[in-house]
Amino acid sequence: MAEYILEMNHIVKAFSGVRALDDVNFKVRQGEIMAICGENGAGKSTLMNVLSGVYPYGEYTGDIVYKGEVCKFHNIRESERKGIVIIHQELALSPYLSIAENVFIGNERKHGGMIDWTETRRAAQELLARVGLEHENVNVPVNSLGVGKQQLIEIAKALGKKADLLILDEPTAALNDKESQQLLDLMLQLKAQGMTCIIISHKLNEISYVADSITIIRDGHTIETLQKGVDDFSEERIIKGMVGRELTNRYPKREDCKIGDVIFEVKNWNVFHPDDANRQVLKNINLQVRAGEVVGLAGLMGAGRTELAMSIFGRTYGQKISGEIYINGKKVEIKNVQDAINNKLAYVSEDRKTYGLVLIDSIKFNMTLSALRKFFSRKGVVDQNKEAVKAEEYRHRINVKTTTVEQAVGSLSGGNQQKVVLAKWMLTEPDVLILDEPTRGIDVGAKYEIYCVINELAKAGKAVIIISSEMPEIIGTCDRTYILNEGEIAGELSSGAITQEAIMGAIMAHNRKGEV
Amino acid sequence: MENTTVKTVAQKKVNLSMKQYGMVLALIAVYLIFAVITGGKNLAPMTVNNIIMQNGYVIILAVGMLLCVLTGNVDLGVGSVVATCGAVAGTLIVDFGVSSPLAMLASLAVGALFGAFVGFFVSKLEIPPFIVTLATMLMGRGLCYVILQAQTKGPLPADYIWVSTGFLPTIKLGVAADGTGGVDLICLLVAAVIAVLVVLSDVRSVAVAKKNGLPTVHTWQLAVKDIIIIGIEGFFFYKLGKYNGIPILLILVAIVVGIYHFITTQTVAGRQIYAMGGNAKAARLSGINTQKVFFWVYANMGLLCGLAGIVLSARNASATPKAGDGFEMDAIASCYIGGAATSGGVGTIIGAVVGAFIMGILNIGMSLAGFDTNVQKIVKGAVLLGAVTVDLLSKRKKG
Repeated sequence: MAEYILEMNHIVKAFSGVRALDDVNFKVRQGEIMAICGENGAGKSTLMNVLSGVYPYGEYTGDIVYKGEVCKFHNIRESERKGIVIIHQELALSPYLSIAENVFIGNERKHGGMIDWTETRRAAQELLARVGLEHENVNVPVNSLGVGKQQLIEIAKALGKKADLLILDEPTAALNDKESQQLLDLMLQLKAQGMTCIIISHKLNEISYVADSITIIRDGHTIETLQKGVDDFSEERIIKGMVGRELTNRYPKREDCKIGDVIFEVKNWNVFHPDDANRQVLKNINLQVRAGEVVGLAGLMGAGRTELAMSIFGRTYGQKISGEIYINGKKVEIKNVQDAINNKLAYVSEDRKTYGLVLIDSIKFNMTLSALRKFFSRKGVVDQNKEAVKAEEYRHRINVKTTTVEQAVGSLSGGNQQKVVLAKWMLTEPDVLILDEPTRGIDVGAKYEIYCVINELAKAGKAVIIISSEMPEIIGTCDRTYILNEGEIAGELSSGAITQEAIMGAIMAHNRKGEV
Repeated sequence: MENTTVKTVAQKKVNLSMKQYGMVLALIAVYLIFAVITGGKNLAPMTVNNIIMQNGYVIILAVGMLLCVLTGNVDLGVGSVVATCGAVAGTLIVDFGVSSPLAMLASLAVGALFGAFVGFFVSKLEIPPFIVTLATMLMGRGLCYVILQAQTKGPLPADYIWVSTGFLPTIKLGVAADGTGGVDLICLLVAAVIAVLVVLSDVRSVAVAKKNGLPTVHTWQLAVKDIIIIGIEGFFFYKLGKYNGIPILLILVAIVVGIYHFITTQTVAGRQIYAMGGNAKAARLSGINTQKVFFWVYANMGLLCGLAGIVLSARNASATPKAGDGFEMDAIASCYIGGAATSGGVGTIIGAVVGAFIMGILNIGMSLAGFDTNVQKIVKGAVLLGAVTVDLLSKRKKG
């Protein structure tokens, strides 16, 4: 048995009486990659905050034994000094500073109180080589890199702090498949060099790929630890541990619903980049959706799916937009979001915190925001009774887990926030809904509930478009899918024919066509 | 992860949110402290009357400023614009013989124009409000000196200064034989009507909550709250009754506060301001025309500057180029003392009004206690810092 670098014993952490962590125990072996799995709200982030000293010693009970000694961290600096470095889900880079400056932020290479720039650049170059970015110029601002590379910069930064234990919280949440793969391979490479890692992720396929052991947390308790080679590492097995029951079907069965006439149609849609009038982002897009139909928009990141949705939804993206939109057979002019709402079009953004919700305000406030003028007011005066009643109704209908609709949405878990955004758009009574990554970053249980809502919408005769980067999700929920690649429709697949291979095949074929 | 509550059964009774009423308690505390320091001088009917007379314009400006603060910004040009509006009215009356009502309209129009000017730059050209209003602060002050040719224009006629110095007719009860003493019946009636309304509104909101199965506040807490509010307003109107009765300015301020309280709490427009302040991107994608909201918030601030310009010049019975100096700071401070957040999206009209009253009581109390004006500034600065610090720390503890 290899020696343990870290032991967490009987960790209990409560927030105003509610136990977020309740007797958590696990051990990490030197030089392994351990994954921590659990649904949203299970306590994963809280646990990592306890470990890294965000919640100082005294605010929790239990022991953290690191390299054989009991640690009592009072802040992040103390844990970092010991070699425990956490990389949070949200990148902690300063966008306008150079790569070199970012790598050594808070850990500057100094010489007699002054920053030693030569050493900073040299050392930064060295660290970049370790994370596979040896070709980057360390003097350019960090915001000139893509998210994938920025994530690697974060790791270089951690290496610069001489990390022995690296904690990655949802490192691939914002990355595409290729970038994710790179990151996971880097983790394996670092492991080979003796680094110990803890990874938190919702992407179970990544976990089975990279992890040596998996600790599962549910409702603040550690449920079990699975070992590679000993236990079953399949996604089904992990999910069973996370939700406490076997989830036989991750996608709810669609009741037979009648697919009606085409109610939403986009013809010859062309859009140019908002900052560059010569760069065409979307070329001649044509698509149709029928009543009661769920249609996917598959494609790689950067294919132009969100841009398509937002340019349709009140021209919130792009310039020099041309093309026609038909809703219920009638040609409509949609110049702004209010027009879109009036024409019964709804768009649920992929980034709920930035574009979907007013986090400081209540569930009720958020739910009724888009429909306020149309359904909850008379001559500009809000009908607060109706508002309270409807918000309450939707809270039950889509199962937002909270005691009252007056609670601020910022305090809800990701899955519940997503439900509030959905409710907000359902309340505008749309005929056509575009859902952009509707289950990003939310747990399996909440995903299932959201799929149920989607089915319900289709059953009610709505046209639903789902943008998703998770191909199983497109396969599991859609009647038909379009494949978007580099701003063009690369193909279309109908129900039985949607497979990962077919989607990737269409993208590859389209890429080849482009190269000729 | 998140600190979500585990209770699933809907609570029937909830506690009154102390956040809303903490500032009212602070107001009482400040008042009582100065009652001790000044040996009860600030309890005199005339002093109570002056709280309104000397702070009417600060309250009006705080109301407009709150909307700016809700968007996450401030308007620095307020003091200068107030002076310019007063200058226009004063010059029209004194130099051109224009009638008082017309001069007042002109003041409002100039204010609204200034506001629209700021609104245009802020919304259409997307220039940060801080910069635009810093510019109007300088331009307004300069313009005011140009209009007045650096002189004081006055005196202004009686029908003009009536706005800030007039009173409703009184019906004095219990007047002593020498003609002194007595209380105005109208003041007492107004106090009684307000008391009844306060109780009725709570009874009604409890009834509505019950009907819709929503949680209600504990009855005893509502009772304590009502007793305190009725105590304050009863005391206030009793003192006014002992003096000259109800000031015209009080009616004006009450109407302004009432209108904006209604707008912010009951209308779609108000909701849009809060949504935009809380998250402008999300508000835009929810169908809110954020440019339009921005424009109207600043145009409205200008209009209220016009009103405050009338009130101020009427109180001074003249228009002076130095008028309104530092008013923007009083208005901004009132909003923050009243619980508004610098990041936007949080704050109430009533909070801003209570904040303005706290500032006013401080001003008058310190004058009565004989504090040096420079010391007064130190105290006001400290109170602002203290109030916001306490507010933010108490929020942080919960989070």
